[in-house]
Amino acid sequence: MSRQPTRGAEPVRGARGRRHGTAVATLVLTVAAGLAGCGSGSTRSTGESDRRLLVLAAASLTDTFTTLADDFEADHPGVTVKLAFDSSATLAEQVNQGAPADVLATADEATMRTVADEGGVEGAPRIFATNQLQLVVPTSNPAGIEKLGDIARPGVEFVVCVDTAPCGKLAGIVLDEAGITAPAASEEVDVKAVLSKVSLDEADAGLVYATDAVAADDDVTVVSVPGSQQNRTTYPVAALSGAEQPALAGEFVDLVLSPQGRRVLSDAGFGQP
Amino acid sequence: MTRGPALGRPPTALLVPALLAVAFLALPLLALLARTPWSTLGAQVTSPAVLEALRLSLLTALAAIAVVAVVGVPLAWVLARVDFPGRSLLRAFVIVPLVLPPVVGGVALLSAFGRNGLVGAPLRDAGITVPFTTTAVVIAHAFVALPFFVLSLEGALRATDREYDVVAATLGASRWTIFRTVSLPLAAPGLLAGLVLGWARALGEFGATITFAGNYPGTTRTMPSAIYVALQSDQDAAIVLSVILMAVSVAVLALLRERWFDVAMQGPAR
Repeated sequence: MSRQPTRGAEPVRGARGRRHGTAVATLVLTVAAGLAGCGSGSTRSTGESDRRLLVLAAASLTDTFTTLADDFEADHPGVTVKLAFDSSATLAEQVNQGAPADVLATADEATMRTVADEGGVEGAPRIFATNQLQLVVPTSNPAGIEKLGDIARPGVEFVVCVDTAPCGKLAGIVLDEAGITAPAASEEVDVKAVLSKVSLDEADAGLVYATDAVAADDDVTVVSVPGSQQNRTTYPVAALSGAEQPALAGEFVDLVLSPQGRRVLSDAGFGQP
Repeated sequence: MTRGPALGRPPTALLVPALLAVAFLALPLLALLARTPWSTLGAQVTSPAVLEALRLSLLTALAAIAVVAVVGVPLAWVLARVDFPGRSLLRAFVIVPLVLPPVVGGVALLSAFGRNGLVGAPLRDAGITVPFTTTAVVIAHAFVALPFFVLSLEGALRATDREYDVVAATLGASRWTIFRTVSLPLAAPGLLAGLVLGWARALGEFGATITFAGNYPGTTRTMPSAIYVALQSDQDAAIVLSVILMAVSVAVLALLRERWFDVAMQGPAR
C-alpha cells in the first residue's frame, strides 16, 4: 500500500533541541533532589526510641487527622505518625488482607464491622464523629434557592451522589423525607464531584457532607437541610489487633475521642456523636 | 500480496517480541473473562438499566462519529493537501486531545461549553444549557474521537500519490471534483479505519463524559459510566457490563471489517 518514497521524511532535529532536553532533565533532577532533601529534613531523628504509628483513615478525615497526628507527635517525642487516607472500603479491605496498621477510622459503621467480624479490631470500635448532608448552592445562587424544597422547582438542576456511594444513599433518604421526587440532573460518582459541579456553577444545587461544605467555604453557600436522625453517618475508630504499637494505638484513639480531638473535628464541620 | 518464500523465514528476533505483544494484550482480557460470573450474564444483558446505557452509548458514539466525519474529512484534506505556514504546528495541535488526560478534557469542555464557559455563558443567556444533556455526551465523544479520525484519514491521503490529483487537474477537473472523485476514494480504507477507530474511542470514552456531561440514567449514563458506578458497589456486575461492552464493540468491528474490505477493494478501482 505504502509506495511513498522517503521524500516526506522530516529533517532530523539539531543540537538545539537536544540541549533543550538536557536543560529540562537537569531541572527535573534538581527539583527531585530538592524534594528529597525536604523529605529527609522533616523526618525527626530521635535515636533509640524511634517508633512509628500507622493510622488508616477515611478520605473525609484527611485534614482533621493530619492535625491530630501533628498534635500526637508533639506530645510523644520520638514517635512518627504515618497517615494513609483512602475510601473506607479500600482501607478495610487492606486491613483484612493483613496490611500492617495500628489504627483504623472509617466513615461508616458497616465498613468497620467488616474488619471487626474478621477479628481485626482490638476491643470495640468507638464512635467519634458524625457527618450529615447539607444543600450547597453556587455563591451566585442562580436559581434563587432558599430551602431544600426549592430544588424540586422545574428548571432547577441539582446533583447528588450515585446511590451506590454512601453519600448517595443518604441523599436518597433526605430527598424521600422532604418528599422530593424531581430527578437529579446527574448522579455523580462521589461527593467531591458533586461539590465541584456546584462550585463551578454548572449545577444550581447539590447535596454534600457538612464537612465538604465547610472546606469549600468560599465557593459555595450552605442552605441548611432540616435536621433528622436518618440524615446522619457515624465515624468509628479502633485500635487494630495486628498493631505493632498497641499502647500508642490506644493513646491515639484516646486523643481522637478527647475534648481536643472533638474540637478539631467540630471545627471541620463534623457533628458530635 | 505477500511474497514470503522469496524473502525467507520471518526472523525470530521479530517473532518473539510480536508474540509477547499479543500475550500482553490478551492476558488481561482473558483474565477478565475467567473472572466473569457467566451465570448472571443473561440477567444483566436484558436488564433495562444495561439496555438503556448500551443504547445511549451506541447512539451517542454514532452521532459523534457523524459530526467528526463532517468536519474531520475537510480538516484531514487541508492538512494533507494544502501547503501553508504552520501546517505542522496545526497537525501537532490536532493531536493534543489524544495526549490530554480525559478528565482534563472534560474540564476543558466545561470551560468552553459549561454554563459559565466561553461559549456556554452566551448560550445560557439564550436559554440553552449544555452540561447534563445527551448533547454534552456527543460533544465529549466527538472531542476525543476527532484526532483519531483526522490522523488516520490524513495519513491515508498523504500515502496516495499526488500525481493523480495533478493528472485530474490537467484534464480540467476542479479541486472540489478531484477531492470527491480521486482523493477521497483512493483514501477510502483510511477513511473507514478512521471512522471505526473514532467510533470505538467514543464508545469507550469515560473521563471527559462523566466530568462534562454528568451521569444520569437514560440521558448521560453511557456504558463506561455504568461500569464505573457498578465497580463501586458490585465488582461482578461491573465485569459483566465490561464483557457486554467488549462483545458488542467486537461484533460491530467484525461486521464492519467485512464491508471495509469490500469498499477498500472497490475504492481505488473507481
